[in-house]
Amino acid sequence: MIKLWIKSGSPWVWLNAAAVSTCLIMVIAVLGLIAVRGAAHFWPAKVAQFSYQEEGGLVQTLIGEHVDTSITSAAMAKSTGHKMADNEDTLVQYLIKTGNRDVTGADFRWILERDVKNMDFPANLIVIERREWGNFYGQLLAVKENGKIIANGEKAVSVVHKKIAAALAIFGQIQHLEKKEIGSINYSLERLRLKEKKLKLKDLWNAEAEREVAAEKAGYEQQYNQYQTQLSELYQKVRQDSLIAKTDVGKEVEISLAKIVRLYQPNSMNLFDKIGFYGAKIVEFLTDDPREANTEGGIFPAIFGTVMMVIMMSIIVTPFGVIAAVYMREYAKQGFLTRLIRISVNNLAGVPSIVYGVFGLGFFVYILGGNIDQLFFPEAAPAPVYGTPGLLWASITLALLTLPVVIVSTEEGLSRIPSSIREGSLALGATKLETLWLTVLPMASPAMMTGLILAVARAAGEVAPLMLVGVVKLAPTLPLDGNFPFLHLDRKFMHLGFHIYDVGFQSPNVEAARPLVYATALLLVVVIIGLNLAAIVIRNRLREKYRALEG
Amino acid sequence: MPDTNSSMKNLPVTDIHSNQSFLRWRLLKDSLARYGVIAGGMGVIFAVVMIFFYLLYVVLPLFLPATAELVSQYDVPEKALGKTVLLDMEEQNEVAARFTDTGKAVFFLADTGKVVSIQAVAIPEGVVVTSFSQGSPINEGAVVYGLSDGRAVIVKHTYKTTYPNNKRLITPALEYPLGEQPLVLDDSGAALEKIAVQVGDNATTVIAKTAGTSQSAGRIHLTGFEKEQSLFADEATLQRTDAVINVPVEGVADILIDKEGRNLYLVSSNGRLAYYDISDKGAPALKQAQSVVEAGQKITSVCFLTGDISLLIGDSSGLVTQWSMVRDDKNRMAMEKIRAFKVSDKAVVDIKAEQRRKGFVTVDTAGHFGVYHSTAEKELIKEKGVGPLSTFTISPRANALLMQTDGTLGFWRVNNPHPEVSFKSLWGKVWYESYPKPDYIWQSSAANNDFEPKYSLIPLVFGTLKAAFYAMLVAMPLALMGAIYTAYFMTPVMRQYVKPTIEIMGALPTVILGFLAGLWLAPFMEEHLAGIFSFVALMPFIVMLFAYAWHNLPKEFLEKIPEGWDSAVLIPVILLGSWFAFAVSVPLESWIFHGSIRDWFKNELGIGYDQRNAMVVGVAMGFAVIPTIFSIAEDAIFSVPKHLTVGSLALGATPWQTMSKVVLLTASPGIFSAVMIGFGRAVGETMIVLMATGNTPVMDISIFQGMRTLAANIAVEMPESEVDSTHYRVLFLAALVLFSFTFVFNTLAEVIRQRLREKYSSL
Repeated sequence: MIKLWIKSGSPWVWLNAAAVSTCLIMVIAVLGLIAVRGAAHFWPAKVAQFSYQEEGGLVQTLIGEHVDTSITSAAMAKSTGHKMADNEDTLVQYLIKTGNRDVTGADFRWILERDVKNMDFPANLIVIERREWGNFYGQLLAVKENGKIIANGEKAVSVVHKKIAAALAIFGQIQHLEKKEIGSINYSLERLRLKEKKLKLKDLWNAEAEREVAAEKAGYEQQYNQYQTQLSELYQKVRQDSLIAKTDVGKEVEISLAKIVRLYQPNSMNLFDKIGFYGAKIVEFLTDDPREANTEGGIFPAIFGTVMMVIMMSIIVTPFGVIAAVYMREYAKQGFLTRLIRISVNNLAGVPSIVYGVFGLGFFVYILGGNIDQLFFPEAAPAPVYGTPGLLWASITLALLTLPVVIVSTEEGLSRIPSSIREGSLALGATKLETLWLTVLPMASPAMMTGLILAVARAAGEVAPLMLVGVVKLAPTLPLDGNFPFLHLDRKFMHLGFHIYDVGFQSPNVEAARPLVYATALLLVVVIIGLNLAAIVIRNRLREKYRALEG
Repeated sequence: MPDTNSSMKNLPVTDIHSNQSFLRWRLLKDSLARYGVIAGGMGVIFAVVMIFFYLLYVVLPLFLPATAELVSQYDVPEKALGKTVLLDMEEQNEVAARFTDTGKAVFFLADTGKVVSIQAVAIPEGVVVTSFSQGSPINEGAVVYGLSDGRAVIVKHTYKTTYPNNKRLITPALEYPLGEQPLVLDDSGAALEKIAVQVGDNATTVIAKTAGTSQSAGRIHLTGFEKEQSLFADEATLQRTDAVINVPVEGVADILIDKEGRNLYLVSSNGRLAYYDISDKGAPALKQAQSVVEAGQKITSVCFLTGDISLLIGDSSGLVTQWSMVRDDKNRMAMEKIRAFKVSDKAVVDIKAEQRRKGFVTVDTAGHFGVYHSTAEKELIKEKGVGPLSTFTISPRANALLMQTDGTLGFWRVNNPHPEVSFKSLWGKVWYESYPKPDYIWQSSAANNDFEPKYSLIPLVFGTLKAAFYAMLVAMPLALMGAIYTAYFMTPVMRQYVKPTIEIMGALPTVILGFLAGLWLAPFMEEHLAGIFSFVALMPFIVMLFAYAWHNLPKEFLEKIPEGWDSAVLIPVILLGSWFAFAVSVPLESWIFHGSIRDWFKNELGIGYDQRNAMVVGVAMGFAVIPTIFSIAEDAIFSVPKHLTVGSLALGATPWQTMSKVVLLTASPGIFSAVMIGFGRAVGETMIVLMATGNTPVMDISIFQGMRTLAANIAVEMPESEVDSTHYRVLFLAALVLFSFTFVFNTLAEVIRQRLREKYSSL
């Protein structure tokens, strides 16, 4: 019976089926993991207060978020040096985010479950998100204005919320002044310096030019001084308020309100508060600049950089990809040459992406960029303009990398268009170009769209080549801003994928940054899967349509 | 529609458009577009070819031969001032210096011989120079004059560069690091026959050999000066230590001190080399003495290779050997010969080392000179020269030589940008300095300047193949078995969802997979190693067991379930099964492996465990490769013509027999090409390996150890490498290797696929 069953081959079929199931489980598990960890990051976690007593030690209070639990078997725990009682099967450890890095030197702490004497969630615990030193956990004692206490105890909370709102508003003004206005002045001054150098290089530097430049410079400097006085006033105003809080070890800390991003009491929040908080955090994540070496705050510059790069790339890759596909389908005779092209396309698709990075760096950046600098920007030397990795080169490199995606997809679309349509058009006297332009290409446009979407999805997730041709961990300015010529193709930019790599692996505080990395990964995955699904849907629709045409 | 264009040309001029010029314009546009499109199509081929040739263009200079050419020749400047004891050049090859045996330094332009300045070294009246030597060039050109009254003068020559009127001006000057007063080395006032010096920031070491006189035998003095910075005053005081080395001085022909002033080498012309530890200046200790040339040969020249770890010893037979301190199997340091160069048939009269690379120049009695590189074991230049040389120098950047024959100086330009690279140094075992034996090592940079770069690509290629191998080990069974089931057994309804799902798996950015592998999977696997093993071992049995149980379910029930949904049924089974495998692994682990399987591997088998290892990479990269292989293999299996399978089934074969005997055989080229494309992808994958391995270039096949791949290496090192340096070009070479590798695999796969497509269409 069992022999017969094995002989029928049915067990092998089941094993093959199991392979498919395993693949499916893996995909869903990975997506689920990213989704859960990424989305959970913004939910306000409860803050616990532990009374904790290590063996032979005193009872101490610990305040923090419970982040992770690790369960180790007794034998394993013994081998790593934990003392285990005979009746204990497992060793349970909690990872607690205790924050207060400025006081304790570390954000996280592992504690043993068996040493926890008591755990509760007092409603008055506060969490402060700060611009420096990470989160603060503790209790609010008092609010100070100009060094004098103006509120303490229960009242302090409501006062401090108002004060923080005011401080944030001022901080927004400061940022606007520093980044926008003063940044713009600095940019103009730099342009002026280059203009002066250029005129000198061309031997056009005369008294008139000198006067003009000096006048312009004076104007900017006056403006700059004006902004500086405004700034110092604002700084004075924002620095006068502070709050006093107590940490879990009982230390009193004074925190300037200028350094606070947000203050909340997670244990006293109800569901609606939490949803509101969650929404606010997501908005912050999507629209704010990063803080604390990218481990906190938002990822707006990375989103912006990725989008800019992808748009540039699409503009470059679409015409080339479509033309190549049109050649292969509509013009070339099927033979050795088309075979060669097909092999080339496959190779372009198969060449490791890092090789594109190396090529881009050597050819585009150093050779093309270096020559452009020599020809058009002699005044900037020795500082490179295009002779250094930047947005333009990254876009071109990725355009080359995604070219096969567009070609393959467009070609497929072209091949599905019934030949009767072309023949009809030609029979009516249209030239080949007219046939292409007026009938074939419009019909194939969804296929091109599919190719472009897939290319965009690929480019958005590609990191290795970008590391060489223009992505940086922190770009001080966006590639698109209000300063002439508005689009700065020579600038370096931030990228979601690289952000994940950088924050997850190069950051000094990986543990604290991890939730943010999961959130970034979730965003990237959602975008890429969304794009891919869109491409699949378009492709399927297209197939249906042509099937109808053929029938 | 390839042939429609020819029909276009023959279109009759219709009377719809009587306007001739409009028609001409249309046809012109058409042909313009035609050429444009053709150019675009060719552009794809052009792109591939250009990538290849550009990489080649950057790599090629590595393998171009080096050249040397005589630029100018002129009379020795200020010949009357005495014999040359040292020639030297500054950084820019603009100003050269000639130190004479009368204590004069003549500075002149290196290419014309025009004298810039003549400066006198502070040598007291009434004594003559009896010996001379140069310190390590790294320590700013210090030289020492040994005098006939037992004293010595240490002097440095320095070059100050200024830019008056935007033109470079180099001003040479002499400085006395230990003061202008000569230092008394021999109290009895015996002439210093041989001398050596090493001037450091804080310590200076001088070794001098005095001539034996009728009153006293000759001796070797060791004198150390240590600068002691007092805590409060700015002034430093010199602490002097004296010692005498007990050795018969007659045979000592050469004295060498390394740049740290820790090791002393005495060379006697009969071929013996004695090595002393002089870290303690008061108590020099003989460590080793041995013969370093073949019997009957004499040592004719000695020189440190830059870094002062290796000695180059030239002998009378024209052989140059490199001796270096090597740790032997008993953990003792001993001088050992690590390689030899046959330089000439005549005696090697002079060897000088480059200052910044492990290269050196040798000269034989006939004046023929050769440029060599020790690590690459390569002869780069062999030139006749212009006659027997009295002395010569290599410029600091090793791009020029200044050679003195009898009365003339010759200025040579050397173009030798990449001596470090040879076929052997890239692909062979090389005996590097301070290593116990020849080995494959990749270590491209270090903090110090005189570091020996190690450009063996073998560890990287090994790491690449190892990562790809483990990835394929995970991906191949899952992807191929999955493809077989999906293409042939699965119900179309489910296939419609499964295929896009797995294709989406391929669209996941590798940076995310790498991040999950490094930060989630690696710690998970470390903690649940036993669980992983038990999962792999138990899962096939669990599936089989379930399948058998399913088979024995009542027929009425089975008939209600449509066919081809096995995968869906198996999902909960696998989930439960893996829970079971992990749960059962904990007691198993403590029972079989006494607690921790990692410790067991380490203690019992000596296999260490790295958290980011090949297993993690295998799973993560396997995940990335599965969709590639799956998708192509599935297509190949699915497009096997239906009449073949139907025929087989009609003849009474079971579905599985049809699958394994008919479908798989027919589709095997397609499956093969799927595997190759998957392998190509695994070889070139960067982010996953970068994040999920430790990136250490070790050569260890163990699944629990990390590796560094070619691609990850490029990503790590490229941003820091200097443009057009050897390192930069070697990284391009790595890229070229990757490119060629994947090119071969992809081309082969594509050709096979095209063949297969033709075969199917003929069937």
